[in-house]
Amino acid sequence: MIRLEKRPQPSQVWTVMTPVLAVFLTMIVGGIMFAMLDTPPLEAIRIIFWDPLFNTQFASFTRPQLLVKAGPLILIAIGLSIGFKAGIWNIGAEGQYIMGAIFGAGAGLAFYPSESWLIFPFMIIAGAFGGFLWAMIPAILRTAFRTNEILVSLMLVYVAEAMLASVSQGLLRNPEGLGFPGSRNLSQWDASANREIIAGSGMHWGVLTAFIAVIFAYVLMTRHIQGFNVRLTGEAPRAARFAGVIPARIVIFCLGLSGVLAGMAGLFEVAGPAGQISIDFNSGYGFTAIIVAFLGRLHPVGILLAGLLMALTYIGGELAQLMLGVPGASIQLFQGMLLFFLLATDVFINFRLRIGRTEVA
Amino acid sequence: MDLSSINPVLLVASLMVSATPILFAAIGELVVEKAGVLNLGVEGMMITGAIVGFAVAVTTSSPLLGFAAAALASAVLSLSFGVLTQYLLSNQVATGLGLTLVGLGLSSLIGRPYEGIKSPTLPDIHIPVISDLPVVGPMLFQHDIMVYVSIALVAGVWGFLKYSRLGLILRAVGESHDAAHALGYKVVRVRMAAIFFGGACAGLGGAYLSLVRVPQWTEGMTAGAGWIALAIVVFASWRPWRVLIGAYLFGGITVLQLNLQAAGLQFGVEYLSMSPYVITILVLVVISARGAHGAPASLGRPFHASS
Amino acid sequence: MDDILLSLSGLTKAYPGVVANDDVSFDIGRGEVHALLGENGAGKSTLVKMIYGLVKPDTGTMTLNGAGYTPAEPRAARAAGVAMVFQHFSLFDALTVAENIALGMENPPKPRDLARQIREVSENYGLPLDPDRVVGTLSAGERQRVEIIRCLLQNPQLLIMDEPTSVLTPQEVEILFQTLRQLSAEGTAILYISHKLEEIRALCDNATILRLGKKVATCIPRETTAREMAEMMVGSSFNAPEARARDLGDVALEVRGLSLPAPGAFGTPLRDISFTVRQGEVLGLGGVAGNGQDELLAALSGEQRSPAAMIRMHDVEIGALGPTARRDKGLLTGPEERLGHAAAPDMSLTENAVLTAARREGLLSRGFVNWGRAQGFAEKVIEAFDVRTPGPGTAARALSGGNLQKYVIGREILQRPEVLIVNQPTWGVDAAAAAAIRQALLDLAAKGAAIVVISQDLDELIEISDRFGALNEGRLSAIKPVQGLTIDEIGLMMGGAHDMEVAHA
Repeated sequence: MIRLEKRPQPSQVWTVMTPVLAVFLTMIVGGIMFAMLDTPPLEAIRIIFWDPLFNTQFASFTRPQLLVKAGPLILIAIGLSIGFKAGIWNIGAEGQYIMGAIFGAGAGLAFYPSESWLIFPFMIIAGAFGGFLWAMIPAILRTAFRTNEILVSLMLVYVAEAMLASVSQGLLRNPEGLGFPGSRNLSQWDASANREIIAGSGMHWGVLTAFIAVIFAYVLMTRHIQGFNVRLTGEAPRAARFAGVIPARIVIFCLGLSGVLAGMAGLFEVAGPAGQISIDFNSGYGFTAIIVAFLGRLHPVGILLAGLLMALTYIGGELAQLMLGVPGASIQLFQGMLLFFLLATDVFINFRLRIGRTEVA
Repeated sequence: MDLSSINPVLLVASLMVSATPILFAAIGELVVEKAGVLNLGVEGMMITGAIVGFAVAVTTSSPLLGFAAAALASAVLSLSFGVLTQYLLSNQVATGLGLTLVGLGLSSLIGRPYEGIKSPTLPDIHIPVISDLPVVGPMLFQHDIMVYVSIALVAGVWGFLKYSRLGLILRAVGESHDAAHALGYKVVRVRMAAIFFGGACAGLGGAYLSLVRVPQWTEGMTAGAGWIALAIVVFASWRPWRVLIGAYLFGGITVLQLNLQAAGLQFGVEYLSMSPYVITILVLVVISARGAHGAPASLGRPFHASS
Repeated sequence: MDDILLSLSGLTKAYPGVVANDDVSFDIGRGEVHALLGENGAGKSTLVKMIYGLVKPDTGTMTLNGAGYTPAEPRAARAAGVAMVFQHFSLFDALTVAENIALGMENPPKPRDLARQIREVSENYGLPLDPDRVVGTLSAGERQRVEIIRCLLQNPQLLIMDEPTSVLTPQEVEILFQTLRQLSAEGTAILYISHKLEEIRALCDNATILRLGKKVATCIPRETTAREMAEMMVGSSFNAPEARARDLGDVALEVRGLSLPAPGAFGTPLRDISFTVRQGEVLGLGGVAGNGQDELLAALSGEQRSPAAMIRMHDVEIGALGPTARRDKGLLTGPEERLGHAAAPDMSLTENAVLTAARREGLLSRGFVNWGRAQGFAEKVIEAFDVRTPGPGTAARALSGGNLQKYVIGREILQRPEVLIVNQPTWGVDAAAAAAIRQALLDLAAKGAAIVVISQDLDELIEISDRFGALNEGRLSAIKPVQGLTIDEIGLMMGGAHDMEVAHA
């Protein structure tokens, strides 16, 4: 019989190993899934994980996409991971992302057609503020009334989506758009465009911000007392209160920070790759970022790598759709499985497997 | 706007239909949470039930077979959550989210060939005399069988938890798994059974959406119903009959806002369609401000039997 | 003994790294009250878990009534007539007394019959209890009655009691003993686990003494002195705290009319608590668990704020300050629960040093943690308090209870507190470590710190305190000098009786 035995200390080796193992298991089970869909499994895996980076024909087109997709995922996941560390479950990042986009785009469009260079920085601030505001709703409800932040932040995604539908048909609709829903194109207006910093690299301002966020989070969590307090709150809430940490401040800090980062991600997306506010400009980054956060072990460097990997599955998935006719949903399933396998293998961090006689107790 | 176009009899009748998917999912989740497990994967299990139920009903032309298959499929899916959280001790919040993501992906993968098809419908039952009563008849007694099954399920869960020994054991496991373990009860087994039941209920709820309420398959059609079911369990303070009230209240809001939209209310359609979510938040705030009375003490805590 | 009920022979149980029980054998006769004696960690718990079917022995056999006895689970043990009252009650707060009892029975009767049976048994044995009460609202003594009645309803042949008196007042202990004597006279054997020697001398017919998993001795308690038993239990002598004679300074901490509502559904409100502690003085606060100890500690540490004037330090109002501000003023605390309250289980000892010492030890500069210095402080605590651990990088949960306790108490003491408040400083700690902790507290007082020790261990309080008071339902008794205090007086103080009143509890 097999049983689990608690380790005296969390295993360092397994902390690093489980994401690798989870990716490997996902490839195997994903391969079986593709085989069942009558798709050659090895080819599908190669197209998803290899071709976007190294295929001689189109890697030059797909490689920049890697940063374009990874940027918002990393930016959002960094914010989420800090909250998750504290046991604060913001799963409505998608809503904060949308609100950031709406606020940021609205702030810019108010000055149309000015060409001031101040407009783009102002839009970033407005986007961050929009996300912050949206995240403050669950934060304040939790601190004032102990309302469950999981449910509130999630409900607010649906509210934000309704708002998005409303503004893209009303308030922010392009007056020259022949009545079609959707705003003016921000990426084609010089003052508001979120451009590539290095041409052809996919590295736009949002990607740069994501990298800065990684460094910021690393310093915060490992060196600063506030990061220590966040971790302490998550691991032992009672010990945190004993240490003098005020739980409400941690809730506000974590939700506020993740709202700011998600809001900025939304603005960078709408002013760059997406180009305009439209009913469905959001593509679920706010939810995928949850996987990225866990896959990255809630560690900034891990999230950086996980964000790149997840971006790869997006791009590879699109390629596989094009070249093999694989359904788009299979990539979503692929990502879900990745999270599942990671959670399953996580057990080895705190427990070791004992094979031997069964233990009654 | 023309409010006279809203017929109160039809309003109540469609309220019951509109509430049934959430009622199924919420009563299942109530049992899961009473056993001390927080399964946030309701949305994923519901949508899996919706597509499996739809596919089987279309293929076999039998809606009831569809419901059975939906219950089974979602229950089996929920076991993956069970194995991860109960045997591999993974974080319940994260695993529940994962289950939702897997369910959404799985369902749209299975569902591609079924878009745009109409499903065979479930006939409304007709009881002589009662169904023919004026007003009350069409309001309450002319629904399909699953509406009554859902109500019976609430009664069954209530009786099970209150009067049966197994129900007592389930509550005990949810209150203190350590004490239940010390008395020799199989904590993990009880929880797995509860998770399985919760999955089956969520599957029925999903199938009701795709087979009766809508009735067709569209990707992502649950649109947060699973999350609302979770909120309703909190709203109900973990009491079965209050789950019924919560689900019907929510169904009422949904139907009312649809009716108002149809009546041409001069007020943004978007604001009406976001109203159920906003009202759910407000209700959660009111409930939590009162204090979370009735939450099982071990809810969401991992259990590892160490000697 | 020709009338043997349960016979244990060569029981051995090993866990990774420890042999919990090593070749333990003894017999229990019908109607015998048998004491199982030993320090924390001597293997008492593992042994009774084997008898109760929670743990399977690696080797060795048990016979019950002459037949082989190998319970695979508690259910089988109960069916064979073995019942157990746990040290940490296996009760469900949100369920009623009757539901709790039904859960502990194999084939419970109908609810109405069960309620009647509960009333009958509770009258027969002098243990009043209402079957419809919700258990969370009961006192510790009443909760224990639930467990005992649950066992008695199954007419056990053997009743195992694990440290039953740690939650009782001396008067309640006497009631319990009467019940146990009555049971014994009716033929029920009792296996009584304790490390309280006087109790065992008063109650038990025979005693088996365990040390480090081995049976080291047997004796007849009535014919053995407490000192002899203690030596058998500990195996070596340890330093008793030195006698003290010190000058008391000014009042360092003053609590005036401290009243706070109960923090949760099952908490205790604090009612009009007043006391003072002087520099160099140790104030001992006794009382049965659950009478406001945790709440008082939280109010003093600053985790729970109160109106400013209710708590004063050196005549400055500090009631409204949080834990950090109070630490800055020199008021440090040590809560009862080591893992999860005084220390974060999965964090290293270095990180746990930062938990309370960040500011007083200068481990921060502009909000950034100086991890080198934090590690240095952790190493200092480890060295000064002889904490057995591979190093400061070890996770707190990897330490044994005694070592972690030395670490968390040491962490506060090395920060040179002016006022130190500790709750259950030696709970679950082996005798040598307990002695070291008590000595450290006395040394600190000798240097002029004011100390409040909250404890349920009366012997400990009498040993180290200058003055003594007791908590009862959130009230504090009058405070009296320890010298000249009799055990009866202490019992009355713990039971909530006041000086001039006749005891009505």
